[in-house]
Formats: sequence, structure tokens, C-alpha cells
Amino acid sequence: MASLWEYANPVKFMRLSGWLLPVTALLAAGLIATGLIWGFFFTPDDYRQGSTVKIIFLHVPSALMAINAWVMMLVASLIWLIRRHHVSALAARAAGPVGATMTLIALMTGAIWGQPMWGTWWAWDPRLTSFLILFLFYIGYIALWSAIEDPDTAADLTSVLCLVGSVFAVLSRYAALFWNQGLHQGASLSVAPGTRMDMTYKLPLYVCMTGFGLLFLALVLAGTRSEIRARRARALLTRERARA
Amino acid sequence: MMPDLGPYATEVLLAYAVSLGLMAALVLWVWLRGRRIKAELARLESRLNRSPNGQD
Amino acid sequence: MIALLTRDLKLAIRAGGGFGLGLGFYLILAVLIPLGVGPDPQVLGLIAPGILWVGALLACLLSLDRLFALDHEDGSMDLLATSPIPMEGVVAIKALAHWLTTGLPLALAAPGLAILLNLPAGAYGVLVLSLALGTPALSMIGAFGAALTVGLKRGGLLLSLLVLPLYVPTLVFGAQAVTRAAGGLATGTPLLLLAGITAGSVALLPFAAAHALRVNLR
Repeated sequence: MASLWEYANPVKFMRLSGWLLPVTALLAAGLIATGLIWGFFFTPDDYRQGSTVKIIFLHVPSALMAINAWVMMLVASLIWLIRRHHVSALAARAAGPVGATMTLIALMTGAIWGQPMWGTWWAWDPRLTSFLILFLFYIGYIALWSAIEDPDTAADLTSVLCLVGSVFAVLSRYAALFWNQGLHQGASLSVAPGTRMDMTYKLPLYVCMTGFGLLFLALVLAGTRSEIRARRARALLTRERARA
Repeated sequence: MMPDLGPYATEVLLAYAVSLGLMAALVLWVWLRGRRIKAELARLESRLNRSPNGQD
Repeated sequence: MIALLTRDLKLAIRAGGGFGLGLGFYLILAVLIPLGVGPDPQVLGLIAPGILWVGALLACLLSLDRLFALDHEDGSMDLLATSPIPMEGVVAIKALAHWLTTGLPLALAAPGLAILLNLPAGAYGVLVLSLALGTPALSMIGAFGAALTVGLKRGGLLLSLLVLPLYVPTLVFGAQAVTRAAGGLATGTPLLLLAGITAGSVALLPFAAAHALRVNLR
């Protein structure tokens, strides 16, 4: 197969995504359904957390995708800034709402999961707080794309925002840890990397994580196709107006 | 077939409902938007009497 | 470059330039919060660091959207772009002017407002220091946001949406420094981190902002 850069060409991208999209979408649906059904119906309750442990099958995959989506946007933005491939910029734009929704799911499942432990529907846990801040970054990014008329200008400005935002997002993560160090030490509600997790949980979790990843891919493929079409429509409209 | 969720039934079910709801809403939004843009492009292209150049 | 600085300073201080606006807003906030929260001095003392810092943040935001917009509208921005000063320098100078007319006065006025909010005695020094260290970052980050939104008509609201999340690290470390000082704890770490963020912002953001301005001038 020739270089991946071939697909920077919109026509080639449309052709590739034309068949890749339904395949990815179906796989994603299948894996998510399998993983969630497995996790919900066929895993035991946790000794400490009771049935709330079943929430990890939603919380962990969505939290992971919330971060990965931003990283993908960052890479796509860099590719745009350096190599000026429109498909890359449009893919970043398409990823925004998907990442934002994943962040929202992570936030809500995280908050709900913490309810039995904290007794409130929201806790300013460093992890949750970092995700809330990330959500704000997503909103700003999406808003900037919508606010700017010219597509190339929008691509340039949102790319720079994504770059700068990434640095500050990382800084905010450490700030949130510093900010909430004193409270609830050790009683973090999310699955810490060192936790001994049984295979009974790990397997359905991996299935869900893969499913969410494929869902992200499918939605970004679909979104990028729409953006490419919208761009072409805009060009046609301009040409039409110029003739009139 | 519903497992015994014990005292946390509300929380667990709420979490699943919210997540699946948001995912469904997202998929729906992406799909409907895609359909709308595709239709608009087709409309514009036929108006300008051009054959679609292989995009689909 | 000095000429540009003096010009911007003069513009800011003249009527309608927004010089007193930030301070006035800061004062109003220091009055409104107790009215909203209740007069209990214990409570106020606890939240004073947060109020003083968030208030400074919001007051800085007020004059940001005019940072580049006025020059952009009347065409001076194009002139500046072709002048011998690099765009990065223009951005830095404008951010400096903004800080001198907004951030710095806020840092100096803060102790006065802190009295209204019953800030514990030990925290006053750190209050001024943290604001003095942090507000330059607010001006520089604000300049970046202003550069992104310079072409937009209702850019002010979007500017706030973009800039406020970027303010979070500065806010957290600044307010934490004051809170710890109020509690008699060590403040070295947050102050150092605060200074680091400011240094990094001032060194690197002019490039990002200049790029955004060039894009908007195309």
C-alpha cells in the first residue's frame, strides 16, 4: 500500500471511507453491545463498590476516548499547520463533538459512580475536575470553528488553539491535583493503574474500550465526509454566486 | 434476567441510561447532519449541471 | 517599540480607554460577593483568596477584546504588520500595556479589597506577590485569545469562553498560594509554579498570537 498521505487527497479519502465507515460502524456496534451486555449481566458485584462497579464499562472507555480524541485533534491540527492537508483539518473539526460527548459521558458516569461514595451528585475530585476543564476546552474549540467564516482561517486558528489548549490542559491536570491534594487522598473513585483487576472485569472492559475506539473512528470518518462535502458545497455556492 | 443491583440500582441504571442516551444522540446527530449535507450537495451539483465526480 | 508602548498606554488611560474600568469592576465584585454570600467574617475570610483571584481574572477579561480590535478596525494593524517591529514584538508590547493598565493596578489595589473580605493578616504579602506574578500571564493569555477573535463581531463572549479555561492553572496556583499563606503554610511551590506559567506564557504565546494575527490579516 502506498503511503498513508494518499488519503490526504479528498477524493481518495472519500473512496476509502466509503467502505471503511460501514465496516467500522458495525464492528463498533457489535463490540459495544457485546462488552456492555457482558459487563452488565455477567460480572459479579465488587466487594467494596457493590453493583456500581458495572459503571467502569462506561466510564473508563469514555474517559479514555475523551483524551484520545483530543490527542487526535492535536495531531491532525499539526498536520494541517505543517502540510496543509484539508482532510486533516476537517477530521479535527469532526472529532470535536465526538470528543466532547465522550468527555460528557465520562463526567456523568464518574459523578454518578461517586454518588454512593461521596453522598453527593458531584465531587470536586481531581480527576473529575480535570475532565470538566477538558470539556470546556472542547466547547471553546467547537465554538471557534463555528464562529469563523473562512474555512482556511478557521482551520488555522482552531489548530493554534488546539496546540495552546493542549499545553494548558496538561498544566490544568497538574493544577487540579495540586488543588485537591489534601482531600480524599487515596480514595480516588476511578480505576487506578495499579489496581488488581480481575480478568472477569478486564475482558469485557477491553471489549468496551475497543468498541468505543471504533465508534470514535466511525463517527470521525462520517463527520469528515460531511465536512468534505460541505466544503465542496460551499465552493459550488460561491461559484454560483460569482456567475450570477 | 436483570441482575440484582442491590442498593445501587438507581445509580447504575442512571449511568447506563445517560451514557447510552448521549451516544445515541451523538450518532443520530452525525448521521442526520451527514444526510442533510449530502442532500444539499446533490442539489447544488444538479443545479449547476455537473456530474458528481465520484464522491460517494 | 517604546513608542508603541507609550501610545497604547496613553490610549488606555484616556477616557473610554478602560483604565479605571478594571479597578471599578474589582471593587464592585468585592462588594457584591459579601452581599450575595452573607456578612459572616469567618466565611468571607475563607473564600477571600478565591474571590480576589477570580475577580482579578474577570477584571482582566474586560479590556481584552479591544486589545487588537480597535487597531484592526481602523487599519493600523496592517501598518504594524509591515513595520520593522516583528509581529511577536507588537503582541508582547500590547500585552505589556494591558498588564500595566489592568493587572498591575489590580495587584496593588487587592490589599484594600482584602480588608473588605476579611483576609487573614498573614496573607496580604502573598496576595500582592501572587497577583503581581500571575497577572502578566493573564494579559499574555488574553492577548492570545484576542488575536484569535480579532476579526469577529461579537468576539467578546467567545473570547471569554476561550480564555477562561486557559486561566485555570494560573488561577489555581495563585489562589492556592494565598489560601496557604492565610493558613500559615508554605507558599513556595505554588508561587514558583505560578511564576513558571507566567514565564512560559510570556516567552511562547507571542508566537502563537502573532501567527493568529497574521492569519486574521490575510
